[in-house]
Amino acid sequence: MGKTECLAMILAGGQGSRLGALTKKIAKPAVPFGGKYRIIDFPLSNCANSGISKVGVLTQYRPLELNNYLASGSAWDLDTREGGIFILPPYAREKGADWYRGTADAIYQNLNFIELADPEYVLVLSGDHIYTMDYSWMLESHKMHKAEATIGVIEVPWKEAPRFGIMNANKKTGRIEEFEEKPAKPKSNLASMGIYIFNTDYLKKYLEEDAKDETSSHDFGKNIIPKMLADEGRLFTYAFDGYWKDVGTIESLWQANMDLLQDEPPFDLTGEWRVLSSNPSLPPHFVGPDAEIKNAMVSEGSMVLGKVENSVIFPGVRIGKGAKITNSVIMPSTVIRENAVVDHAIIAQNCVIEEGAAVMGEPGAITVIAEGETVDAAAGGKRVG
Amino acid sequence: MKSVMGIISLQEDKGLIRELTDRRAVESLPFAGRYRLIDFTLSSMVNSGITSVGVMLPTAPRSVLDHLRSGKDWDLARRHDGLFYLPAPQEEELSRLGDLKNFYHNLDFFEHSAQKYVLLASGSFVYNIDFSDLLRFHQNTGADISMVYHVATEEETGHDVILETAQNGLVTDIAEKPAVYDGSKVSLAVYLMERRIFVEMIRYTYEHGGQDLLMDGIIRRAADYNIYACEHDGYVAHIDSTASFFKSNMDSLRPEIWEELFMGDHPIYTKIKDEAPVQYKGTAAVRNSLIANGCIVRGEVGNSIIFRGVTIEEGVKVKNSIIMQHSTVHAGSLLENVICDKNVVISKEKWLKGAPNYPLIIAKNTVI
Repeated sequence: MGKTECLAMILAGGQGSRLGALTKKIAKPAVPFGGKYRIIDFPLSNCANSGISKVGVLTQYRPLELNNYLASGSAWDLDTREGGIFILPPYAREKGADWYRGTADAIYQNLNFIELADPEYVLVLSGDHIYTMDYSWMLESHKMHKAEATIGVIEVPWKEAPRFGIMNANKKTGRIEEFEEKPAKPKSNLASMGIYIFNTDYLKKYLEEDAKDETSSHDFGKNIIPKMLADEGRLFTYAFDGYWKDVGTIESLWQANMDLLQDEPPFDLTGEWRVLSSNPSLPPHFVGPDAEIKNAMVSEGSMVLGKVENSVIFPGVRIGKGAKITNSVIMPSTVIRENAVVDHAIIAQNCVIEEGAAVMGEPGAITVIAEGETVDAAAGGKRVG
Repeated sequence: MKSVMGIISLQEDKGLIRELTDRRAVESLPFAGRYRLIDFTLSSMVNSGITSVGVMLPTAPRSVLDHLRSGKDWDLARRHDGLFYLPAPQEEELSRLGDLKNFYHNLDFFEHSAQKYVLLASGSFVYNIDFSDLLRFHQNTGADISMVYHVATEEETGHDVILETAQNGLVTDIAEKPAVYDGSKVSLAVYLMERRIFVEMIRYTYEHGGQDLLMDGIIRRAADYNIYACEHDGYVAHIDSTASFFKSNMDSLRPEIWEELFMGDHPIYTKIKDEAPVQYKGTAAVRNSLIANGCIVRGEVGNSIIFRGVTIEEGVKVKNSIIMQHSTVHAGSLLENVICDKNVVISKEKWLKGAPNYPLIIAKNTVI
C-alpha cells in the first residue's frame, strides 16, 4: 500500500437493534434509504467527494449483504491503485479471537491495518448517519489548530441536547474543555456527530492504553475522548451546519425519508456533490395511464399503476392499479398488488402486499413489514417490529 | 461463447435521420429514457457470454467513446480481451465509398484475434437477444454464415434486407428492398461466421473492388456460401429515420415491451450516472410515461419519455414527446409531438407543436 495522508475507518458493525424487523437479515449500514441508496452510501460518498481514497469498513453483524454491496468499491470510485475499500471483520490471532467489543476496540483490533496504510491522520466515521459533508475542510481545520483530535459537532435544539454527547468548547478557539455524555443539564448545545480525526500516533497511544483497561467499555465517546481530555490533549470542535440525521430508529429512518420529499430537499440530490451508490441496471420507471404521483420519490425499474403520495419508492417496485400508498417507504422489489392500501409504513425488500390488503400505521407508530414477508387481505393492519 | 468475438459496426447511413445525428453517430442516439442505441447490441453480446468486443468507430467518434469509455459498465474492462476500438481509416483511404474499407483497414486485428468465430452486428437496432442460441444454430446447421431475422407484421418503407428461407433455415434469397410487407423476413444485420471466412471475405471483396460488406461481400457472393438464418420473435426496431426513432422510443411505453427489453434476466447496461430518484412535487401529474432518474417534475406529462436530469416546471404540459437528458422546460410551456435533444432549454410560456407522424425536433443545446 502506498502512503496515505488521511485514512477513513467506517464503523459498520452495529446490529441496529432499534431498527427491529429491518435489520433482521442485514446490518444497519446496508438498510435502504432515500429511494435508491443504502445508509453507508452517505459516508462513502462523502469520502469519495472529499478526496479520501482509502477506506476501511469495519463489519461484524450480518455482513454478507453489506460485503456484496460494497464489492470492489468501484461505485464510489474507490477501486484505484493506491486507494481502495477494505472490509475489516474481526479475525482470529495467536491468542484467540474476539468480537469487536466497542467502537474503540474495533479500531484497536485493526491497528495493524492502519500501520500498513501508514496515514498521518485517521478519520473515524459511523455508518448510520445521513448527511453530506466535505471532510477535507475538517482536516484543514484540524491542521490549522495543530490539534491532536478534532470532533465534528452540530448544534441541536437545547431541549434535545440531553440525548446527545455534548461538547463544551471555548467559544473563541473551539478547543474542547469538557465532554458530557447525555447531560441532564447541558452547558452547550453542540452535539458530537461521531466523526473524529486523530493524529495517527496519538490515537494509537490511547487505543493501546484503553485496550489494557479491563474496566473500559472501549467506546470513543465514553472512554477515549474523556481520557484524552483528562490528559489535556489538544481537542477541537469542527462545527457542521448542514443536514445531519441519525437514522438509528424506525421513527427517525421514516422521518429522514420524508425529509427528502420537501419542496426543497434538505441537501442537494442533483448537484455537483452527488451521493454515489451501486446502480442497478434498470430502465426508467413506468407511470401507468391511471397513476397519480405527488410529493414522492420514485426510482428506476418501478411500475406505478396506482396512487402514490408523500412516499419514497425504491427500484423495481410494482404498485398495482387502484393501490394507494401514502406516507410510506417501499423498499426494492416489493410488490403492492391491486387495491392494496399502505399508510405510514416502511415495507422492506421483496415483500408482497396482496390484493386488497391494508398495512396501516399512524404518525408516531410506523408499521414495519420485514424483508420477504407476504401480507394478505385477511391479515389487516399487521404490525411487525 | 468465449470462442466468439463480437464486432459492432457503426457505419449507419445517416441520410434519413440527419437532424438528430448532426454531431453524433446513429448508434449513440438516446433511447428509452436512459440508453444509447449501441447499448442493445453490446448488452446482448455481453449477456450471451461474449467477452471480447471490437467497436468499429465512425469518423466522428467522440459521442461513442464518451459513452463506452473503458467498457466497465458492460463488464468489458478486462485484463485480457474486453473492449477494443477499431478506428476509421485515414483520409487518403477514404476515396473509396462504403464500409468495407473500414474492415479492411483493421484486417490485421481480425487476423490476429484468438477467437474462432466472429459475430458481426449493427449498432442501430433495438433488441435483447441471446446470441448463444445463434451459435448453437450455426453449429447444428454447419452453415458458413448464420443470420437472424424477424417477421414483419406491418408495412414499412426504408432500406431493409429481406431474406427468403427454406424450411430448415437455408437462405435462398437475400436482397435489399425499399419496402417491407407483412410477413417479410427482415434481417437484423447480425452475421455469425468463422473468423477465417470473415477475413477471407473482407480481403477478397476489397481487393476486387468491393465497397460494401453486405452488398459486395455477402449478397453478390451468396452462391459461394452456405447461409442459414433463424428467427428472433422478440421486439425489434431498426432506427434509420426520424420516424422510426420516434416510433420505437414510443414503443418502450408499452408495458409488455418495457418488460421484455429491460426487466428480464438479461438487463440492458448503459453508462452509469448516479442520478437521484425522480422527485415528484405537489403539482406533478404524470400519466403513461417513462421518467428517468435525476428528473424533477412539477408539471403535467403524458405519453412521453423523459430522460435523465430533466426539469419540468409548474404549469408545463408535455404530450407525446421525448425530452432528452438535462433539458429544462420552464413554467407554462406546452410541448406536443416534440423531440428535445440534449441540454435544450424551453423558456417560459412557449408553445411548441409537431405532428404525430412528423415530430418537431429541437437541436442540442438550443434555448427557445
